[in-house]
Amino acid sequence: MASLPAALYRGREGMWSWVAHRITGVAVFFFLFTHVLDTALVRVSPQAYDAVIDTYKTPIVNFLEVGLTGAVLYHALNGIRLILVDFWSKGPKYHRVMLWAISALWVIIMVPGFYFMTKHTFEQMFGGN
Amino acid sequence: MANQSPNTALQAPKLQRAGRTNYELYSWLFMRISGIILVFLVLGHLFIMNILDGGVQRINFAFVAGRWASPFWQVWDLVQLWLAMLHGGNGLRTIINDYAESARTRKILQVLLAVTVVFIVLLGTLVIFTFDPNIK
Repeated sequence: MASLPAALYRGREGMWSWVAHRITGVAVFFFLFTHVLDTALVRVSPQAYDAVIDTYKTPIVNFLEVGLTGAVLYHALNGIRLILVDFWSKGPKYHRVMLWAISALWVIIMVPGFYFMTKHTFEQMFGGN
Repeated sequence: MANQSPNTALQAPKLQRAGRTNYELYSWLFMRISGIILVFLVLGHLFIMNILDGGVQRINFAFVAGRWASPFWQVWDLVQLWLAMLHGGNGLRTIINDYAESARTRKILQVLLAVTVVFIVLLGTLVIFTFDPNIK
């Protein structure tokens, strides 16, 4: 990877946003697969469903949920950006600006999101009240 | 006016031009339309389930029973399930086409993906429609 003089696209924002879109998309798809299976346990018994859902409430899985939310949120915001690039006449011109805009929006949403999603876990871990 | 040779009815069908359908165009359009709808459905779902009113800690069988007593949440979850699986399945189809190196690997992965998508969509649909709050 020493010299790639002509590769203007490679390694720049357009490529990395695309890579991240794929990775978050695949991750969310695999979670969705699991999530339909765990929800299907409501047809087995309330006990079976509650037992599996209780694992969602543990600290480690709670942090994974924040990761999942972050992945979904990026995929959603970048998807809107892609639609604007495709359908808005000035989209291609501003695609890079829009990437910084959605990145900022992602942080603005994820900071309070992290706080509210993990509030109970932190209280549990460090003994709230 | 019946002057045509009767043999015309037996002519071979016109050859289909392989690879000349608009399938990929519709796929591209579907990703954008389903994507916009999913932004609202999935982010709404995540907000309700993980943040609102106690978040994930309050979720249990009784909570699901309360929600699915309402046709509104049944329809929400049904549309979300179908669109998300088809959107995700189509995304994975594209990724398999990009990275599978042999035709054989590609075929195996595509069939596995199709079976998975059909199974999960049908299972989820069945669960939403046959949910029984009084199950033992």
